[in-house]
Amino acid sequence: MSTQDSTAGRKGAGVEQIETVTIRFVGDSGDGMQLTGTEFTKASALAGNDIATFPDYPAEIRAPAGSPSGVSGYQVRLGSKDIHTPGDHPDVLVAMNPAALKSNLADLRVGGMLIVNVGSFNDQNLEKAGYKKNPLEDETLKRNYKVFLVDMNKLTDSALEGSGLSSKEIARCKNYFALGLMYWLYSREMEPQLDSIQTKFSKKPAIAAANSKVFKAGYAFGETSEIFFQRYVVPAAKLRPGTYRNVTGNLATALGFAAVARQTGKQVFLGSYPITPASEILHEMSYLKEFGVVTFQAEDEIAGIGSAIGAAFGGALACTTTSGPGLALKTEMMGLAMITELPLVIVDVQRGGPSTGMPTKTEQADLLMALFGRHGEAPIPVLAAQSPSDCFYAAIEAMRIAVKYMTPVLLLTDGYLANGSEPFRIPDASELPKVDVKYWTEKGEGKFLPYQRDEKLVRPWAIPGTPGLEHRVGGLEKDSLTGMVSYDGNNHEKMVKTRAQKVANVVEDVPDAVIDGPVNGDLLMVSWGGTYGSVRTAAEELRAKGRSVGHLHLRWLNPLPKNLGEMLRSYKKVMVPEVNSGQLAFLLRGRFPGVDPLQFNRMNGKPLRVEELAARVLELL
Amino acid sequence: MTANNGQNEPLAYTKKDFESGVDPRWCPGCGDYAIVNQVQKVLPSVGKKREDIVFISGIGCSSRFPYYMNNYGMHTIHGRAPAFATGLKISRPELMVWVVTGDGDALAIGGNHFIHALRRNVDIKLLMFNNRIYGLTKGQVSPTSELGKKTKSTPLGSPDYPFNPPALALGAGGTYVARVIDVDGPMMGAVLKSAAEHVGTAFVEIYQNCPVFNDGAYTFLTEKAVKAEAQLRMEQGKPLLFGKDNEKGIRFNPQTASLEVVTLGQNGITEKDILVHDARREDPTMAFMLANMSTRPGFPVPVGVFREVRQPTVEELNWKIIDDAKAKKGNPGIEELLHSGDNWTVR
Repeated sequence: MSTQDSTAGRKGAGVEQIETVTIRFVGDSGDGMQLTGTEFTKASALAGNDIATFPDYPAEIRAPAGSPSGVSGYQVRLGSKDIHTPGDHPDVLVAMNPAALKSNLADLRVGGMLIVNVGSFNDQNLEKAGYKKNPLEDETLKRNYKVFLVDMNKLTDSALEGSGLSSKEIARCKNYFALGLMYWLYSREMEPQLDSIQTKFSKKPAIAAANSKVFKAGYAFGETSEIFFQRYVVPAAKLRPGTYRNVTGNLATALGFAAVARQTGKQVFLGSYPITPASEILHEMSYLKEFGVVTFQAEDEIAGIGSAIGAAFGGALACTTTSGPGLALKTEMMGLAMITELPLVIVDVQRGGPSTGMPTKTEQADLLMALFGRHGEAPIPVLAAQSPSDCFYAAIEAMRIAVKYMTPVLLLTDGYLANGSEPFRIPDASELPKVDVKYWTEKGEGKFLPYQRDEKLVRPWAIPGTPGLEHRVGGLEKDSLTGMVSYDGNNHEKMVKTRAQKVANVVEDVPDAVIDGPVNGDLLMVSWGGTYGSVRTAAEELRAKGRSVGHLHLRWLNPLPKNLGEMLRSYKKVMVPEVNSGQLAFLLRGRFPGVDPLQFNRMNGKPLRVEELAARVLELL
Repeated sequence: MTANNGQNEPLAYTKKDFESGVDPRWCPGCGDYAIVNQVQKVLPSVGKKREDIVFISGIGCSSRFPYYMNNYGMHTIHGRAPAFATGLKISRPELMVWVVTGDGDALAIGGNHFIHALRRNVDIKLLMFNNRIYGLTKGQVSPTSELGKKTKSTPLGSPDYPFNPPALALGAGGTYVARVIDVDGPMMGAVLKSAAEHVGTAFVEIYQNCPVFNDGAYTFLTEKAVKAEAQLRMEQGKPLLFGKDNEKGIRFNPQTASLEVVTLGQNGITEKDILVHDARREDPTMAFMLANMSTRPGFPVPVGVFREVRQPTVEELNWKIIDDAKAKKGNPGIEELLHSGDNWTVR
């Protein structure tokens, strides 16, 4: 390996300024790659980079060590410009063992940097990974990539010689070696990380000391080993002024609900049951009790939503969180919330389906179920978050609409948004959308009519404890005024239409669709949910190449924006990229006769790749 | 009747105040009429305002109950009433929440919610009307139907063993478990009152006759000629005696570690040998033995309160956690919420 600038002294190793870089850390699920990735992300965020991350981990907590099924990865893209996705292909791959190399090498950009923990490339691990011979001895590897072989096992061992730690404990420190090396390579300050280690392991001082030592050793190795001849710096991005924090979609969702509790002074009640990848919302909200959040882990998915509906009847701002299999179990309950007209937010963090499917992988295949998956005529408003930080605003909006229109609202996020992260500009309390909560207390003349509606067709929310307004709600069809059971067919038809019209009226709160790009053009990409970043980036790149490509992103799936038909017809072609087999495309065909969208569909458990999408658009133009 | 709402403000309710004015639509002769009547009679004395009482039901004949009560009410989904009730009670602990359910609703489709409500000891009054049949769907076998029972869905006899509901409730950790019979108004009234006063899940199994699909299910207990021999009326602090002249009793036999029927005056048995009923034992073992007696041949069927023990409820425990968190962290605003964690400033 050449060391062109060794004369300048290692500290002065050439520092190249780069606009953006995508790094992927991969190793055994027990190797601590998620931690390495998040810590590096934090450091990049603190350095002012725009970031986007994508963790990719197996469903098994500890798959057999060294096997390809146990490989866990964390991808982070950092930039000095505005970035919307965690990147298609890593520019840098840090591989901790042969299995990790094998399952990730194909993604590495040709010419990219490959940093390998050569210490783990023994016969046993090579065999577990399915390698017949050591791939590091293959000359093509060095021709295609910039390969850096570092024996992190041995270097970690020697850094901790005499520490008194067991060999197992020592082995668990090696992710900090990789982290230290990356800190040096990307010119990060060491201090915040050393502080972070102290905090994280405050109860285990010996481990804290060991991790600090190994982290420093990794950093020093970069500086002194003369293997790396180049350091990099990604300058701070020009983000909108303000205070930022890094959020995953699940954290942002939890913060959104808690913000509603604090803003309204009303109780937010979460009834939930653990399910991947939605559980973190329950975890996060369980920490936020002092803000007015009540959480309840129910005995099953059905009780999760049932408890929330019970709380909503009592006046709480109720929500429930789940993923596909749980949403299936909740459908009868959603119908009840719909017919009783109680406010409720259901969050579906979509994952690969059907059935148990791919719990830790992302997908967008619950759209049609969200829209139509209930028995009887049971429309409910449906919206989808577009990025990790947008989950915050989407949660608030869902609750605002639920309360304003007395209806369950379904919020779709997905595994990619839930676990992916990006900087979130912290809004002032005054910037937050206002959720208006009004309980009905007027006792008019005669009996209280719980299904008498206002001009928007919204019924009053009268809660237990209010004298004179005692009433019953239930799943049986009800008389249009008194709410008492009615089997009159004409009344039923009227109620079906009235409830549907009320949900349709939500369109007044749905902003018009906006096209990013020319007003008229050749091809309009229409996206929804978590594909926002990939589609936006592809459209921007194509326009930069002079192509007439627009992008329209849908936040609301029901109701659709009023002007959507007009927007779709303003382009020669419409194309819908989705991580499903074409559900939005199907919907648009039905809703807008004459519009026949082209499709781009992937269901490989990953976010859409920008270059793949852009290539497809070029073919279609 | 006068009651107290805790603020020294007398509540002068009568039974009529709890009648919604909707005529019940149960079959003529249904045991449910007697139950709604007793509940409406008891409510004026429970010390709660009418608007602070909520009735929640699932699906089935019994589940029409909330429509007949002049309180807040929810008629929900088959088997799920305890889930709604648990959410509501945790959210609004000051409300008094009643769940009305049946044997199919609570023990078949709703078995999971049933045991978890009891496990959590959520403060709800859980009335289970047990007619040992599916009535609303017109006569199929239920989880409490006897083995071998012929119904529309088991024309050749049921191959399923039944649940013993009080034993199931005790096994799930029930702090208040009782059984009454629809035709015994005074006992039902007394038990409903004590269930209302209990803090924690109060489970009351009500043997209820379905005159259409399972008529006479309980005549072996209620017929005048057999009543005294067939029922064991459990009363707190009193010996467990039964029979026409209270000549029989229940004795705990330490040799066999089980309960047995003995006759006073025979084999030197005196009243001192008879088990004295104590529903307030922390240890549920004796209550469980009594509950299991229900299905043993040669034994009377116990009615009354099996167990009545005060334990913290889920909502008490939950709000303690919430109040402690608030006491520790003060009353932080949205700024504190959103700025928690690492953050940085872009100028």
